[in-house]
Amino acid sequence: MNDRRSFFVLTMLVFGFAFLYLPIIAMVIYSFNASRLVTVWDSANSPTLAWYVELFHNSQIMDAAKLSFRIASVNATGAVILGTLAAFALQRYRKFRGRAMFGLLTTAPMVLPEVITGLSLLLLFVALEQGIGWPSGRGATTITIAHMTFSMAYAIVVIQARLATVDRSLEEAAMDLGARPWKVFAVITLPLIASAIASAWVLAFILSWDDIVITSFVSGPGSTTLPQLVFSKVRLGVSPDINALATILVLIVSLAVVVAGTYMMRRDRRRMRDSQAAQGATG
Amino acid sequence: MAALALLLTGGGDAVSVSAPAGTRLAGRFAAIRGALGRRAVIALPYAWLAVFFLVPFLIVLKIAFSNIQLSMPPVEPVMVWTADHVLQLRLHFSNFTFVFGDELYLAAFVNSLQVAGVSTLFALLIGYPMAYGIARAPGAWRNILFLLVVLPFFTSFLLRVYAWMGLLGRSGPINALLMQLGIIHEPVQLLQTDFAVYLGMVYSYLPFMVLPLYSAIEKLDLTLLEAAADLGCRPAKAFFMITLPLTKEGIFAGCLLVFIPAVGEYVIPALLGGPDTLMIGRVVWDEFFGNRDWPVASALAIVLLVILAGFVLLLQRVQAQEGEA
Repeated sequence: MNDRRSFFVLTMLVFGFAFLYLPIIAMVIYSFNASRLVTVWDSANSPTLAWYVELFHNSQIMDAAKLSFRIASVNATGAVILGTLAAFALQRYRKFRGRAMFGLLTTAPMVLPEVITGLSLLLLFVALEQGIGWPSGRGATTITIAHMTFSMAYAIVVIQARLATVDRSLEEAAMDLGARPWKVFAVITLPLIASAIASAWVLAFILSWDDIVITSFVSGPGSTTLPQLVFSKVRLGVSPDINALATILVLIVSLAVVVAGTYMMRRDRRRMRDSQAAQGATG
Repeated sequence: MAALALLLTGGGDAVSVSAPAGTRLAGRFAAIRGALGRRAVIALPYAWLAVFFLVPFLIVLKIAFSNIQLSMPPVEPVMVWTADHVLQLRLHFSNFTFVFGDELYLAAFVNSLQVAGVSTLFALLIGYPMAYGIARAPGAWRNILFLLVVLPFFTSFLLRVYAWMGLLGRSGPINALLMQLGIIHEPVQLLQTDFAVYLGMVYSYLPFMVLPLYSAIEKLDLTLLEAAADLGCRPAKAFFMITLPLTKEGIFAGCLLVFIPAVGEYVIPALLGGPDTLMIGRVVWDEFFGNRDWPVASALAIVLLVILAGFVLLLQRVQAQEGEA
């Protein structure tokens, strides 16, 4: 009975991961296919790096990638600053006027459909332009503002979760010794939540780097981000250079996740060893 | 000064009273500074969200009650100063009657809910055993499998949907495989079908389902299952009587995380669906960009939002009742 159950679970695991990964693996393999028909393997001329060469010579794609990178970096930095403040307010200031509203505003952007967020922000930018003349037209600035608004919500979740586990007695001790609140934050709290802030930054970067729907609403004619370019290309059908682009992006992300993963596992193991050692010392 | 401090902190932070005059003043000063800092910490993100999230929302609501007109922006003003200096509010409900009266929009709403519901169910059916397997895997394997579930989160959503375009195409490997096996004799249309949309939905949102399920199953107290087994309970019965009820919160969270974004999804139906695949996210997009009918797009957005909010509240209420029982 037990064997039969674990066999079922194992089968589902294999099936599930195959489902998640086979399409990505296929995309990587096809990126080396010489045929323009992407999924028809041209065994005479493949594998080839032709599409990678073409990709790097495509100035349109390179420009879009640069713009996306710039927007994603600025967005991540802004979202993390606002997110840290908001997380601190929600976690440390238990009571203040409008707290319930604040809580709602910080979580709503995560569950709101992207078409609604995009539509509403565009309507705001249009109204602002008519009313006060800013922002004049739409482009990198409006995209960054829109991205910050929704990625900030994710940053708050990550940072708040870490803040909740920080031992407050350290902050109180520093406060008792006469340190100003800002100093306490900079010297005690910030180092303790640094890893969460780093994760929030990466998360905000990726959310922005990847966004297509909200971006399409708030972008202007002069600013095309990488996802926008990819989207307009693939709407017309599969395209070999997009496979090459996808392969590069998947490679970068996999490397980053593997590095982060091994680092986290090592840290956990070290922590476990340390706490065992500490118990041994006291016991 | 004390009054000011009291005003700033809302009477919450008490100022030291028993201290000597000099330190008392310094203490008050620090309290005011602290209060100002506290205000700033709250005010900055609050103001940002109010301006870029709350206000836009109100504008959508306003435009939903407006009329289309040929101008930029293509809407009639809602509030108008009349000749005799009276602020006139011109609200039109026609967009809503139009939205509810048109079968196309109704079909789009129904279809979106159906696609999202069925996709959520399939994601649960695939995701639960996966999460169970990961949570029960031996130590090192568990971390690796967990990372493998997280990894797709960080790879582009758009590109993962795109990956299926190649697989499902007429000359793609799925058709080739089916022909090799002799199941079909000529390529079948897989891309631009409802089937492709369901597939894309389950594929894209599966990690969202697995993660909350994993954390719920991992927390499960295994001694309960041992006790049940000792008392002669069969594993299948133990699963339905112990494991499933105790991981209910994970199931709720996972379903919500899949269902909500799936209802308003735009990219998947646009890339994998056919021209007749009606989903509300796509309809809002087309009304806005294609027809330039901002008022109808806004009205559709409001209706979609009300439906989603209704679902979240309903689920919360069910969960609260479960908690009481």
